[in-house]
This record gives sequence, C-alpha cells and structure tokens, in this order.
Amino acid sequence: MSLIDERPVAATPAPAAMALVAPQIPAYAPLLAAVLATGLAALAGLLLGWSLVAVVLTAWALLVVGLPAWSAAIEGERRAKDRLVTTVVWSTFALAMVPLASLVWEVVANGHAVISAEFLTYDMRGVLGAGGGIYHALMGTLVITALATAISVPIGVLAAIYLIEYGKGNRLARTITFLVDVMTGIPSIVAGLFAFAVFTLIFGPGVRLGIGGAVALSVLMIPIVVRATEEMLKLVPEELREAAYALGVPKWRTIVKVVLPTALGGIVTGVTLAIARVAGETAPLLIIVGTTTTLNLNPFDGRMATLPVFIFSSVTTGGKYDAEQTARAWGAALVLVAIVMTLNLLARAVGRAFSPRTGR
Amino acid sequence: MATSIDISDLNIYYGDFLAVEGVDMTIRARSVTAFIGPSGCGKSTFLRSLNRMHEVIPGARVEGKVVVDGQSLYDPSIDPVAVRRQIGMVFQRPNPFPTMSIYDNVLAGNRLNAKRMKKSEADDIVERSLRGANLWTEVKDRLGKPGMGLSGGQQQRLCIARAIAVEPQVLLMDEPCSALDPISTAAIEDLIHELKSDYTIVIVTHNMQQAARVSDDTGFFNLKAAGQPGHLVEFNATSKVFSNPDDPSTEAYISGRFG
Ligand SMILES: Nc1ncnc2c1ncn2[C@@H]1O[C@H](COP(=O)(O)OP(=O)(O)OP(=O)(O)O)[C@@H](O)[C@H]1O
Ligand SMILES: [Mg+2]
Repeated sequence: MSLIDERPVAATPAPAAMALVAPQIPAYAPLLAAVLATGLAALAGLLLGWSLVAVVLTAWALLVVGLPAWSAAIEGERRAKDRLVTTVVWSTFALAMVPLASLVWEVVANGHAVISAEFLTYDMRGVLGAGGGIYHALMGTLVITALATAISVPIGVLAAIYLIEYGKGNRLARTITFLVDVMTGIPSIVAGLFAFAVFTLIFGPGVRLGIGGAVALSVLMIPIVVRATEEMLKLVPEELREAAYALGVPKWRTIVKVVLPTALGGIVTGVTLAIARVAGETAPLLIIVGTTTTLNLNPFDGRMATLPVFIFSSVTTGGKYDAEQTARAWGAALVLVAIVMTLNLLARAVGRAFSPRTGR
Repeated sequence: MATSIDISDLNIYYGDFLAVEGVDMTIRARSVTAFIGPSGCGKSTFLRSLNRMHEVIPGARVEGKVVVDGQSLYDPSIDPVAVRRQIGMVFQRPNPFPTMSIYDNVLAGNRLNAKRMKKSEADDIVERSLRGANLWTEVKDRLGKPGMGLSGGQQQRLCIARAIAVEPQVLLMDEPCSALDPISTAAIEDLIHELKSDYTIVIVTHNMQQAARVSDDTGFFNLKAAGQPGHLVEFNATSKVFSNPDDPSTEAYISGRFG
C-alpha cells in the first residue's frame, strides 16, 4: 500500500475570469427618469385635476420606485440600492432647499421694485406716502451691529482662550462654560429687557440709546463667539503648542503667534456667522433703541432706526399709506437679506484666506 | 559652555499612573547619550521631563531631582521658558507650524520670541540650519512655500533644523531618524557628531547600530511587566553596554532575545 493517497481529487473548478465589466444604464439615466416621472405626474395631474403638491409627490414617488427598478433590471441589486439611496439623499437636499429658495424668491420678487438710489440714500423725514428711503435704518443697523461686534469679539475670543488654554476643565472654566451654554439659549427679548434695565438704572426711565441695542446684541453674540472660538481652539493640535514651548516660547506668545493663527480661519467664520445672526434681531432693538424717521449716527444720543425695526413698524403702522409702507418694508427686507448673505460669503472667503495652507 | 544633567531618583507620573520610576543617571556635557528600550517603557516620557515639557500635559507631574549646571530644574524659582530656551527638543512625530513657510518654520524659535535680526543674518541662520539637517538642497528653491507641503521625512528634518536654529545648550532628540532614509540618517548622525563638540545631546532610538555609532553613553530602559512602570536597567559607556553589559536583560535586548 503506497503512502500516497491516489484517490482522485474532486476537480477544482477553473477560476472564472474576473468579471470587471458589468452592464450599466446610461449616465443620463437619473435625469431621464426624473424628466419622465415629472412628465407622467404632470400629465396625470392635468387629466385628473390634481393640485401642484399632489403632482410633485407623485413625480417623486415615481422616481424613487422607477429608477431603482430600472437599475435592478439591468445593473443588479447592489447598484439599484445605490440608486435608491442616492435619490433619497438628493430629494432630502431638495426639500431642505425649498424654504430657503422660496424665501429668497419672495423677498426679491416683492422687494426689488422699490430699490433705487433714492431708496438707499434718503431717510423718512416728513415722508408719508411714496418716496423716502431706508438710509437712516441701514446706517443704524450698520452702526449698532459694528458696535456689538466691537464689544463681543474681544470678550468672546478672550473668554474662549481662557477656557481652552488656561482653564483646562477646572471648576471656574466649567462654570463659565455652563453659563455660556445657558446664555446661548436666552431669548432675544430678554436680552433687550436686560439692556433696557441696565440703561434705565444709569440714565433714568424712558431711555432710548443705540449703544443699549449694541449691548443687547452683545449679550446674544458673546456666547456664539465663545463657543465657535472654543471649538476651533480645541482643534489646534497639542503638538503645535509643544513645538513652540520646546523652542522656549512663552505661553502667551505661543497662543498669539501659533495657536490663534492656526485657528483664525474658523474663528473669523464663527464671528461672521454671529454677526449675521444678530444683524436681523428685532425685539431687543425695539425695546431699547426704538425707531425714528431721521438719520442718527450717534449711538450715545437718542433713538436710532434699524432695518428690522423699520420693517416691523412699516408693516404694523397701517393706515392710509399701507401699500407704500409695505413696499418699503419688502425693500428693507431685501437689503437686510443681502447684507446677511454678503457677510456669509465674506466669512467663507476670509475663512479660506486664513486657513493653514498645505501643498507646494 | 556646555551643560551636564544630573538626575536622581526621578519618578514621572501621568495623573495617578506612574510611568517611569526611580531613574538615577548623569548625562555628561559635550557627549551623546542614547536611550534604548522597548516601546512604551517611558523613553519619551523621561526625555520630556528633562526640559519641563512633561508638565504641559494636564495632570502630569514629576518627583525627584533633575539638576542642570547646579540648578534644580523643578525648583519653584526656575522659569520653564528659560529652561526650554536652553534645552531644545525634536519630537518623535514631525510638527512643523502649519501657518508658516519653510523659511519661517526654521526661524520660528527666533521669530516667535520677537528677536530682531537683519535679513542677511536670518538668511544665514536658515541656510546653516537647513544644511545641518541635510535639507537645504531639497528646499532652497521653495523656502517661501508652506512647511506642511514637505514629505514626512522632510518635515522631520525641518523640525531638526528648527531646533538647532536657536542653538540650544542641550538637544533632546526623540527618535529623530525613525522616518528617514539611510542617507538622511547618516547626515543627521554627522550633524550629531558635529554638534557634540559644543552641545550636550540626548537621543532616543530604536536602532541599536545607531546608538552604538553615535553615542558615548547608553541607557537601557525596560518594563518589569506589562502595566508596571518603566525603569532604568543599566546606564554605562556605550562600548561597555554593547560588548559587556552588566545586566543580562540588556544583553538579551541588544542581541534580540527579548523578555
Ligand atoms: N499623555 C499620556 N497620558 C497618559 N499616559 C501616557 C501618555 N503618554 C505616554 N503615556 C504612557 O506612559 C508610558 C511610557 O510612554 P512613552 O511614550 O514614554 O514610551 P516610549 O518609551 O517613548 O515608547 P516608544 O518607543 O513607543 O516611543 C506608556 O505606558 C504610555 O502608555
Ligand atoms: Mg517614544
């Protein structure tokens, strides 16, 4: 008997050539499917007299079922799942865009008519019907927001530096973090009341000052700035601080010259978003700044007009000139939205300009 | 002026965790001292305690004495910033400043401390340091480009150039060659030989040949068991450690028989 097992071995199947090519539906398939689904839904809607919402929902349902089905028939199950998920992701994105797009559309459609050189450079002194402009409110918003920024950015950034670089989770730092978190939730009307109470204590009852508005807005801005800066400082790798320490650089210089520049892009973005957030605040300004029809550039002297309050009072006054007032309110809203959007774009540009560069 | 370092009965903690226990040694001035030992035995930790970088980590603390030129490093009157200006460090992982160019990275130690200097003087320091770290020919045409745009090994050499640009008395190097090719490694070893005439150099390495080649004294760290603190097993002249070590575990480690 030989030691070698001579029984025939089951033939191993020859390895199939690796299949790297699979049938595919064309690249324009999703688009084609979307067009077909919309067309079908629209046709059905016309014939059966559906509302627009029903047509859109039907088109969406057709697409979600149809495209993966088509894909499953030709490409197989895995691709079909991919198509399904991709379609769902795109539709949620579109859903999120609907309110934004319709809001911008509404504001532009209603507001663009009154925008003119006069609208942007005249105030409302003595104007009742047509004419006049928002120059006073525009300047008021710019002055008060700039002041609020000047107050909150140093306080917010320095507080964040304390929390991250010096506090490092000690009791004081934890208390401050908690208070900052509470402050982020303060309703803006409460911030307005706070500023009103403070300035009433100092200047007596019935006080109306631009600086009061800046203080109220700061109360809203500081927590946002602190949180944004904190998160950015946390992202700066500990190794960079150590590299600086090992070169004999004192801690404060390390913070100013290594940590802050590394985090600057994010901090600037955070600050700009905070500005954009408070630029449209109405309630606190209504309480402490009031409004007026003439230009007042001095925040330490009496009432100032601001865009949000201007919009509010224009649409709530009513009366004989209601149409003109509403038109001006839409125009002011358009300007306000434009300012906020510009700020956001600016934040992106600045953030990109300051972020650490890599590559050659 | 070069500096010797006396360490006596040093315990190093991370919070409650004792990482390194009972180290006694004398690092001689104008010499190269190498530390070898298995991963996690506390070589980096010990090195960082020599220029007060250890305390930068929250909760980290040190017990015992480190005496540099007759001054106790952990005395309350000692300014850690002054210590670090005299005792430079190259880290295990390269950490160039991401916001700075190659040129500015080399000058970081001077610039960050707001030292004023003429352009020609600065250019001179940059060239000398980069040549010392064997990086000059590779980057001389793009000194203004970001330091993060270099390869890992180039970044490490940039960090070495940055550390020697401030001309410290003592240079601590934590595995400076672990990411480098043999040519750059040889260049760094040449640099170490050169610096040795003026400076005190301490180097951590996993490369036994390197320790044997560059160092005058060698310290072998080991762990008694997993979870136990690291400790200094043997500290002797390199020639003795590599030919006739006192401790059998040193010989086992060097010849590749672990445990
Ligand atoms: N930041 C830290 N916090 C807590 N423990 C740490 C920290 N850094 C290191 N340790 C611990 O201290 C011990 C020694 O670590 P160390 O980095 O000094 O080792 P090493 O000898 O340099 O190792 P390697 O050769 O891998 O670099 C290890 O047990 C490690 O887990
Ligand atoms: Mg190490």
